[in-house]
Amino acid sequence: MNPLPGNLQPKDFKSDVKPVWCPGCGDFGVLNALTKALASLKLPPEQVALISGIGCSSRMPAYTSVYGFHGIHGRALAVGAGLKAARPDIHVVVTGGDGDGFSIGGNHFLHACRRNMDMTYIVMDNEVYGMTKGQASPTTAPDWTASEFTPSGTHARAFQPAAIALAAGATFIARAFSGQPNTLAQMIVMAMQHPGFAFIQVLSPCPTFRPEQKDWKKIVRPFAVDDLPTSDPAQAALHCQRDDGMSTGVIYVEARPVWRRSKAQEMTVEDIEQEFQL
Amino acid sequence: MYDCRMNDTKRRNSLSIALVGSGGAGVVTVGNLLLEAAAVDGSYGLMRRSAGPQIRGGESAALLHFADVPVECAGDYYDLLIALDWRHAERFLDEIPLTACSCVLYDPAAGDLPAPVVHTDARLVPVAMQRLAKEIKFGRANMIALGLVSSITGLKLDTLCETVSGALSAKGEDVVTGACACIARGAKLGQSLDIELSIPTAQPGAEARWTITGNQACGLGALKGGVRFVAGYPITPASEMLEWLAGRLPRTGGCLIQAEDELASVNMILGASYGGVPAMTVTSGPGLALMTEGIGLAIASETPIVVIDVMRGGPSTGIPTKSEQTDLNIALYGMHGEAPHVVVAPVSIPDSVFTVRWAVNLAESLQTAVIVLSDQLLAQSRMVANRPPDVGFVPRRVTGQAGVENYRRYALSGDGVSAMAIPGTTGMNYTADGLEHDERGTPSTGSQDHLQQLEKRAAKLTGFDYGDHWADVEGDGTIAVVTWGSCTGAVKEAIRRAGEHGVPVRLIALRLLAPLSTRYLEQALEGVTRLLVVEQTFSRQLYHYLRSQLDLPQCTGTLARPGPLPLAPGEVTERLLAEAC
Repeated sequence: MNPLPGNLQPKDFKSDVKPVWCPGCGDFGVLNALTKALASLKLPPEQVALISGIGCSSRMPAYTSVYGFHGIHGRALAVGAGLKAARPDIHVVVTGGDGDGFSIGGNHFLHACRRNMDMTYIVMDNEVYGMTKGQASPTTAPDWTASEFTPSGTHARAFQPAAIALAAGATFIARAFSGQPNTLAQMIVMAMQHPGFAFIQVLSPCPTFRPEQKDWKKIVRPFAVDDLPTSDPAQAALHCQRDDGMSTGVIYVEARPVWRRSKAQEMTVEDIEQEFQL
Repeated sequence: MYDCRMNDTKRRNSLSIALVGSGGAGVVTVGNLLLEAAAVDGSYGLMRRSAGPQIRGGESAALLHFADVPVECAGDYYDLLIALDWRHAERFLDEIPLTACSCVLYDPAAGDLPAPVVHTDARLVPVAMQRLAKEIKFGRANMIALGLVSSITGLKLDTLCETVSGALSAKGEDVVTGACACIARGAKLGQSLDIELSIPTAQPGAEARWTITGNQACGLGALKGGVRFVAGYPITPASEMLEWLAGRLPRTGGCLIQAEDELASVNMILGASYGGVPAMTVTSGPGLALMTEGIGLAIASETPIVVIDVMRGGPSTGIPTKSEQTDLNIALYGMHGEAPHVVVAPVSIPDSVFTVRWAVNLAESLQTAVIVLSDQLLAQSRMVANRPPDVGFVPRRVTGQAGVENYRRYALSGDGVSAMAIPGTTGMNYTADGLEHDERGTPSTGSQDHLQQLEKRAAKLTGFDYGDHWADVEGDGTIAVVTWGSCTGAVKEAIRRAGEHGVPVRLIALRLLAPLSTRYLEQALEGVTRLLVVEQTFSRQLYHYLRSQLDLPQCTGTLARPGPLPLAPGEVTERLLAEAC
């Protein structure tokens, strides 16, 4: 007999499937934070759907006990949008990595932000393609030369997830660190309670291909300003641009009408086909 | 040499009219009005649109065919051509074959007659349509043309004015009054021209009749089939179906999203369908190419989806405004890996209602992707048809009920179809996966799991009973034609003509292209000594596909031609009457 949703513990939101992640992977922290958030929200597991694309972090759905859809590379936001539009009663959480979300799925990211559907998007950003064994991602610094694919670096400026989400129209933008699962869990709760598209960039180290990221725990700190979160996009942009990308916190929250299905007077299909009658 | 007078006895009671003019001249408006007014008078008709690539101001033509029975294909020649102007005429005149019996009404103010028109020996009649229109307040040359047609063909003026008033009422009273005055002026002039043609009419009191385009018919079939979520991206010639659905889906409790691209479209419908809502996307060739990875995901994750591809000339951007059947190969083979799925195609405009409805049922029953191949000729042509029969299906997605112990989403079952739990169902939570998986859905690279799931996904399609819907099979005789899609109309008319020559021919118009019903097809071909495969492709895609699936008669020929010219019944008849394979 399943316990009542109110009594569910974080572990009840985990499945018995063993993650493929390397020891020390930041994504373990995100899994812990996510299950904590779901337990604290007291949501019945069958009312939650976790949608993902392809990559290390996109393996997340199978490790949880909610409904899941593990799709193809880059398209998780589209699957999530279709599910939310068709089933507004389901809580949709989309997860993935920086390559999945900002490179191959970059276009969907922009349009998910501006569409402002009521869903949460958690991107585990480790600035590398882990599953394909260590290539540069859109968030990789241009001078990173450790990949055989780009031996002299990418020569391309790193993608700025928060600033781009802001420009594209996301209504909840936050940055977190996977090494602080309690803070992250609280942020996921806020994101899931936010009406509209909520985006969390989680700095989630890859100990295998970016061992230097083990030092992130020494570098990350909360935004050292007292006016965040803000609902002023100019202010949010200023803080994003001045930051080195390692400050955490909820950056921007805006109350904007959430995407809704258009309503029309109900008709039967039999009524509709009358228009063809001569 | 073709003799139009001699051939008249072989032609059914029919009339073909072409209206041409640059975009904005209003020939499509006139065509629609003419089709509708003639239909009210009792005629059956078909209007094809031929347009250039220009957004505004390019060439455009309305090509109409009338008969006393439903018209499913173009005629071989045009009886009447009315040209408001000849702009870019060289681009489409080969779509409007004329004979010495044809009559061409043209405006002398609109420039010289193109040489191909002069060379036909058709009767050439100058009419100053633009000048006449200018004499009338709110007058337009296209309405003068409509008046000319009405008196030449004996169309009732009352009916016409009523139709015009209804159609143009939104543009204001002045426009309607001007249009009706132009029609009356044109009609008066037409009487003096000594041209007598008549639009054939059917016996009244027959069945209820519809005017409907193929795009609308597909949309209606989707609604009838229970589709309640659609995502799509604008593309010619499919956008009109999306626009039609956008106005109607919300009225049935459904929802349509204009997605950011085709990749989003197909993945959005996967999400909706995963959520338990029958879902569909609509596109054309370039969009289908972008969607193939998503279609593979539908197949692997066993999520039902319907993808309608309104085919146009390809490859690449190709010929967006004109028809071709060349997406057969990508629809059959486009997915990577081994990806069994269903491909169907409507055989006529009204059949699009049934075929799409069936496609929805197949997707839902078999939990897989179903590709529907329509084409520009079906999609953008408007037909006066008998109301299509209402063939219903019981919705048949097998869903999991709450409380099943040890639920396995991809359980190996007898027929390969396993229960698909819908989010919200307690205790059935699972993860759908495009990774190969075991019965529970857990990712697996094991050889046994791969083999079992491959067998499962194949068996559910091959073991299914598709019934009589696999093809329209008509007639007998030792000669047969296998065809599909919009070619079917021309083939049917060709077979009718061959019959008048005492040559019976069997028709096999395939509706189910994959999986091919080889057993039924072999039965349908029993006793056939000569087979003709008719298709609108360059490389004979259907012929090669059929050959890969079954043994065809030794004497098998092909009539394959790429777009954009639609197949004319005459050229099919010629092949049927020839002795050669």
